[in-house]
Amino acid sequence: MNQYQLIKLAKQLGKWALIAVVMVYAIFPFYYAVITSLKPSSELFQVDFWLSSVDFSNYIQIFTQKSFVRAIFNSIFISLSVVFIALLLGITASYALGRVRFRGRTTVMLTLLGVSMFPQVAVLSGLFEVIRTLNLYNNPGGLILSYTIFTLPFTVWVLTTFMRQLPMELEEAAIMDGATPWETIIKVFLPLMWPAMATTGLLAFIAAWNEFLFALTFTLTDDQRTVPVAIALISGGSQHELPWGPIMAASVTVTVPLVILVMIFQRRIVSGLTAGAVKG
Amino acid sequence: MASVTLEKINKVFGHTHIIKDVDLEVADGEFVVFVGPSGCGKSTLLRLIAGLESITDGDLKIADGVVNDLPPRERGVGMVFQSYALYPHMTVYENMAFGLKLAKMAKETVDDRVMATARILQLEELLHRKPKELSGGQRQRVAMGRAMAREPRILLFDEPLSNLDASLRVQMRNEISRLHHRLGSTMVYVTHDQVEAMTLADKIVVLRDGRIEQVGSPQTLYQQPATKFVAGFIGSPTMNFMPAKLLEGDADGCRITTPGLGELALPQDASGETRAAELTLGVRPEHLRLTDAQGENSFEIVNVEYLGNEVYVYLEPKAGDILLIHRSEAPSQWKIGQRVALVPDTEHVHLFDTDDQALGLATQRQVA
Repeated sequence: MNQYQLIKLAKQLGKWALIAVVMVYAIFPFYYAVITSLKPSSELFQVDFWLSSVDFSNYIQIFTQKSFVRAIFNSIFISLSVVFIALLLGITASYALGRVRFRGRTTVMLTLLGVSMFPQVAVLSGLFEVIRTLNLYNNPGGLILSYTIFTLPFTVWVLTTFMRQLPMELEEAAIMDGATPWETIIKVFLPLMWPAMATTGLLAFIAAWNEFLFALTFTLTDDQRTVPVAIALISGGSQHELPWGPIMAASVTVTVPLVILVMIFQRRIVSGLTAGAVKG
Repeated sequence: MASVTLEKINKVFGHTHIIKDVDLEVADGEFVVFVGPSGCGKSTLLRLIAGLESITDGDLKIADGVVNDLPPRERGVGMVFQSYALYPHMTVYENMAFGLKLAKMAKETVDDRVMATARILQLEELLHRKPKELSGGQRQRVAMGRAMAREPRILLFDEPLSNLDASLRVQMRNEISRLHHRLGSTMVYVTHDQVEAMTLADKIVVLRDGRIEQVGSPQTLYQQPATKFVAGFIGSPTMNFMPAKLLEGDADGCRITTPGLGELALPQDASGETRAAELTLGVRPEHLRLTDAQGENSFEIVNVEYLGNEVYVYLEPKAGDILLIHRSEAPSQWKIGQRVALVPDTEHVHLFDTDDQALGLATQRQVA
């Protein structure tokens, strides 16, 4: 083996070592959560990296809790509503911002971008008053409203960028064919905006699904909680005991759907996010 | 099918005056081509007729009804776009049926119309394909089919052939021309290519800076250009221009002198010009003859292009830096570096005054 081959081998080894480090760094916490969730509580504090036996008692425990199952349905309902409302408003707003020439369009776009920079805590107390006034406290509507506020700027921004790239002549062809603006959006633009909608929809879904602060603040009773709050509020036998097993089982349960969704849409996400980068 | 009348049409974008007082008559069934350099307003004028832009001032009539404020769908116009703008997610059939379905027509009517249009354009085999599976020429035909399916009174074309390669362009040009003869519908066509204009048009409209420079049949524009601009724009290779000075002239003809060519007696009516006025002499490349150099009349040949059937000879001009061109049937005896004398065919030369307006022929004074 000469020097050249040796260097090549070393480079290969280095590359794989680096990949391994990154993989472990990214995946190990989740992997350890899965393992913990599949152990009986008696073995919880034994450190081992492989499962010797699979035990579903933690999962049985959380799924027999009515409040947790209820929380999952709450989360699904709220997240889907947020996605639907955000996409509907986003598409129509992006048509206006991307296609209609009017005074102050840039100002509106910059305001949108600015609004999306605010931290949640900054608007928490104000939003609380709004929700109280609208009588949406301890109600899914309050969460849908507040999540939509935070999702919409991003949705509108991405969809507007995408809308601007669709050729002007396409819209003019639709106008010549006698389409109203609404028909143009629904029948011409919507089918072409799938990648962007999949991206923004999924990101809106994830944001709503994982949100904790608003969900904790704007709900009061168990039957209105969403999953992240429900997990945080899982309590053990005494106040000195943290029930790691059920918590891990619940976390895995709510993460897996997201992972599957992202895997299904990953191509779309990439093409949606890079849509602004390269002219097709 | 309908006529189109433009009366004092103006278009202003912000502070830019794009279209200035355009008057034009397009007769029923006529093929009119708008031609001009880029930025002359020809596309804007077409979009005003289509209804994609609003008219700032003036009246646009289609078949005697003023349509200024009607949306495109109520004007009865169909348009073919430069980029075709086919709906990428729809099949050829759906592309052509889209407008008909929006008009809430019965399913059978939609089907009949689409099939009839497809037959005319030979698209029957392609009806179930998506635009991305079609070649450039096929997409072009689908774009025309979509515009035709609604049976518009007027068909508008916005540089429809500029995205095609040269040989396909000639073929599609032919198809559009034959289509016009078969359908007999009114067509308005925009192009920057004067060959397309010459070959397709019943009537050519030459536009420059938002104004109509000249309107006429291809023959009129080629043989009797009204201005130096039209003379230079129509015809390929372009007309040769040489500075000239008026020696004497009246209603029956004139005598001029041109550097290199010496004194020429021309049939143009120069009664309106003062003596020693600075004129421009225009000679088409085929109306020049080359002979052996004689004294002052001596031009150097800088390039010779052999095109198979004809030969272009490029000569160093006496003034300016645009080369003079001579065109003749192949073969040609002339070589680069030779010096030759130019003899214009005085029957066919053009004379332009200081404002670039053409001087009429003495015998045809009234015609202009």
